Amino acid sequence: MVTYTVNEDNNPDTVKAKIIVDKVSVAYGDHLALNDIALDIISNKVTALIGPSGCGKTTFLRCINRMNDLIGSCKVTGSILLDGYDIYAPEVDVEVLRRKVGMVFQKPNPFPKSIYDNIAYGVKIHGLASDKEELDAIVEQSLVRAGLFEEVADRLDVSGTSLSGGQQQRLCIARAIAISPDVILMDEPCSALDPIATAKIEELIHELKERYTIVIVTHSMQQAARVSDYTAFFHEGDLVEKGETSALFTNPNDKRTEAYITGRIG
Amino acid sequence: MTNKPHPLSMASLPGLDKRYRAEKRFKFAGVLAVFSSLAFLGFLIVAIALKSAGAFQTYEVEILVKKEKYLELRDQPFIFLQSTMRYNLSGVVNGQAMREAVNMVVDGAEIDLLDHIENLQQNTRADGLGSYSVWVTLSNRVVSALSKQDIGTNLTARQQAWVEGWVANNKVRQRFNVGFLTNGDSRDPERAGIGSALVGSAFMLLVCMVLSFGVGILAAIYLEEFAPKNKYTVFLEVNINNLATVPSIIFGLLGLSVFLNLFGLPRSAAIVGGMVLALMTMPTIIIASRLALQSVPLSIREAAFSVGASPLQTVFHHVLPLALPGMLTGTILGMARAIGETAPLLMIGMLAFIVEAPDNIFDPASVLPVQIFLWAESPERGFEEKTAAAIIVLLAFLLVMNLTAIILRKKLEKKW
Amino acid sequence: MTLSPLKMKRTHSVKNVIEGAIKACLIASSAIAVLVTVGIIFSLIIQSVRFFSEVSFFDFLFGIEWKPQSVTEIGGGKVSGVFGAVPLFVGTFLISFIALLVAGPFGIFSAIYLSEYAGDRKRALIKPALEILAGVPTVVYGFFAAIVIAPNIRGLGSALGFNVAAEAAISAGIVMGVMIIPLVSSIVDDVISAVPISLKEGAIGLGATRSETVRHVILPAALPGIAGGMLLAASRAVGETMIVVMAAGLAAQLSFNPLEAVTTVTVQIVLALTGDQEFDSAKTLVAFALGLTLFIVTLTFNLLGNWIVNRYKEAYD
Ligand SMILES: Nc1ncnc2c1ncn2[C@@H]1O[C@H](COP(=O)(O)OP(=O)(O)O)[C@@H](O)[C@H]1O
Ligand SMILES: [Mg+2]
Repeated sequence: MVTYTVNEDNNPDTVKAKIIVDKVSVAYGDHLALNDIALDIISNKVTALIGPSGCGKTTFLRCINRMNDLIGSCKVTGSILLDGYDIYAPEVDVEVLRRKVGMVFQKPNPFPKSIYDNIAYGVKIHGLASDKEELDAIVEQSLVRAGLFEEVADRLDVSGTSLSGGQQQRLCIARAIAISPDVILMDEPCSALDPIATAKIEELIHELKERYTIVIVTHSMQQAARVSDYTAFFHEGDLVEKGETSALFTNPNDKRTEAYITGRIG
Repeated sequence: MTNKPHPLSMASLPGLDKRYRAEKRFKFAGVLAVFSSLAFLGFLIVAIALKSAGAFQTYEVEILVKKEKYLELRDQPFIFLQSTMRYNLSGVVNGQAMREAVNMVVDGAEIDLLDHIENLQQNTRADGLGSYSVWVTLSNRVVSALSKQDIGTNLTARQQAWVEGWVANNKVRQRFNVGFLTNGDSRDPERAGIGSALVGSAFMLLVCMVLSFGVGILAAIYLEEFAPKNKYTVFLEVNINNLATVPSIIFGLLGLSVFLNLFGLPRSAAIVGGMVLALMTMPTIIIASRLALQSVPLSIREAAFSVGASPLQTVFHHVLPLALPGMLTGTILGMARAIGETAPLLMIGMLAFIVEAPDNIFDPASVLPVQIFLWAESPERGFEEKTAAAIIVLLAFLLVMNLTAIILRKKLEKKW
Repeated sequence: MTLSPLKMKRTHSVKNVIEGAIKACLIASSAIAVLVTVGIIFSLIIQSVRFFSEVSFFDFLFGIEWKPQSVTEIGGGKVSGVFGAVPLFVGTFLISFIALLVAGPFGIFSAIYLSEYAGDRKRALIKPALEILAGVPTVVYGFFAAIVIAPNIRGLGSALGFNVAAEAAISAGIVMGVMIIPLVSSIVDDVISAVPISLKEGAIGLGATRSETVRHVILPAALPGIAGGMLLAASRAVGETMIVVMAAGLAAQLSFNPLEAVTTVTVQIVLALTGDQEFDSAKTLVAFALGLTLFIVTLTFNLLGNWIVNRYKEAYD
């Protein structure tokens, strides 16, 4: 793994930057959704993206695993390096990238298949398990890590869609970690969940960062404060402010950041 | 950066190349499905167009008729023809040669000759001297020999010599076959045309349009603007949607037992055909008209209500004019379906051999698709190219109707 | 009692009458649709009842011999025609089945290509072009099947050593299948677009390729809808008349062999009513019994197909 020096606002001398985003702009047709973004995402930490809705958080997140490729009108410029390699380079195969950069969506989206098959699916298509036993082990381990195993151990063959919302979202997290990604992107993963389910996911994020680099979009300031190490504040397509979460929340530099975290905009 | 393979390229995920090949195959299957469907369509059109080519053109030969012969023999047409052929062709010395000579021109050429000369007489004053020059259609056999460029196949040596003589003297000309578009049906493929069927189709389409458009938009207005939402109107809607999928032949059975047997309307008449097709297209028109009404913004209605218009006034003065182009589009598309419909017409007796064009909607009529069917079923080879040509005409009408609908729709899109 | 100033005065009553009349017109127009349905059902049933007073219902439905022109003498009385409709049902099934074998794969793959690969530009061109296939009159297809397809298939068959009948079920079936491709394609297209995009993104986000997404996620999720769509297509095939009248057999033959000539329900309806027979004989009345059967089958397919498709779409709302 390559070591990088991070920008001065992330003060520690040298920390590992998993992803380096530089001069990234995104346009949907004529509409500029992100404007010249630069951000380092630190290994094994949780980075929260906050900002009023429509400011480009989802767009930014979807650049990192190139989900934006699906949208014909979407054009990305600038560079995004994963472990020092440009993910928009021509020799990159998006399937490999997405294997390494998993994603959890706003609304839980389990496949209409059994719990087991939901998790096994990614492992199977990428050929990551050599036999059934290995596959079983991966499924179990993923469920354990997602904190779901005890709840569903006796019914792995029921449909993933029959679970509760919170369980579905943890199933989706299990599905994402089953293919052992390096990075997990989460787009408002708790917005469709009740407070108890939300608490479980937040706890889970805390445990997951030991193994994975996590980027999470949230519109809840409290959640950002609770789960993240670093926070970036977006506003109308600009990255206004970034830094350690504690610093950004207690002592924002920008007027707009202050207005947002005190509840005056958004 | 380095010479090592890019960690995000497929080299770092074993088996990905295989998956990519599967991806390509899958996409190719999609392209193939679309391509072969369209290729089939192209093949169909080209194959039929090629078969039709001969029917749109006709070969004529210039025949000279002496005036005195005309005056002498005009009451004995066939003898007149024989004498004319003898005058025009050399070596008609015996019965066999005469048969061959007469076979050079189309069956019934004597009638054509006499008709043409009568026309000439009306234009130029006849003084009993000199001769008329008349163009007469060649027989199928000569035409096929001419158009295939190998004169030997179907002609006798004598006939070949005549043809070569005509061609050498520029007495043969090729013309657009107007008769195909104006003539009625005939047992004789060279004379058969779609003229009567076109008139029949026009009558039938007229009946169909008046009925289905009238009833269709009124029903659409009721359902969209006035009908309360209750189980009756839901039933009505389900009913209409299902009618749109009833096989067309069932509508023919309905027409047979109700319009013919119960009401006693004439068999094979445009009115009955039009009524049956109207019942068939009505559901489509209702559905399209409702969509057109839905697309008129609510604000128009609110504006009309706000100046005190009644619901009926609102609809008829303000909403309907705006929805009308959309309704027309739907109607044209419905008519495009109706014009090619055949099966229900067979049920109401529309497959009689009819030569004359109908004078009104109660006359026995033939229509274009039925004419196609009848010719297609005819064992005589000569009808094959006629069938193909009639199909091309039908497809041309469909093309025009659909293009009109598309243009109308484009105009609409601009407005809203 | 004084009239409220907001109430219409009596002088408006003429206008009221006219408005009432117009409304009555509107209602009557919509009622015609019901009248047509009632008319269809009644005329089919009444004539069928007359037919079944001469021919036993069971003989019709389960008999395997179809000879409407034959005359047999039974116990002094003459009975004309043998009306065992099973060969017709089998023939209809066989040709429709062949049609679905063609329309299914081609329609489904076209829909997949259009919705997943084509992009907006190509889609806007290809979709209407495919629709042309559904707009070609069936009499044209019939001619094409009889004049072009049948002889070619026959030639191909004999080159391969098969004995293909001149009016083989396969020719009519293939052409009918092509005609139904746009129907299948547009239903499957609808059904595929009803699969929530989030499911698709779930698979793509895991690193699945497009085709893997389609095959493993979209198609399984869309399967019920596709099945419903195929029922609708089957209804269309079963009721198709001109193609089979022109390209399928006229004589009944109980066979499942696509290379043989079989006849269908619609062909026999046409044959029964286009001869010169008197209207009241069983030979002509059988058309209505066949029509009733056809009506019931297509209606069932349509109601069932629509119900499945709609229920499937609602499941993802
Ligand atoms: N598929 C799209 N096509 C066009 N514009 C889009 C699309 N997705 C998002 N946008 C626009 O990009 C901007 C940023 O959207 P998004 O990234 O979804 O914001 P957020 O997630 O912060 O709410 C918005 O103005 C939105 O309208
Ligand atoms: Mg968002």
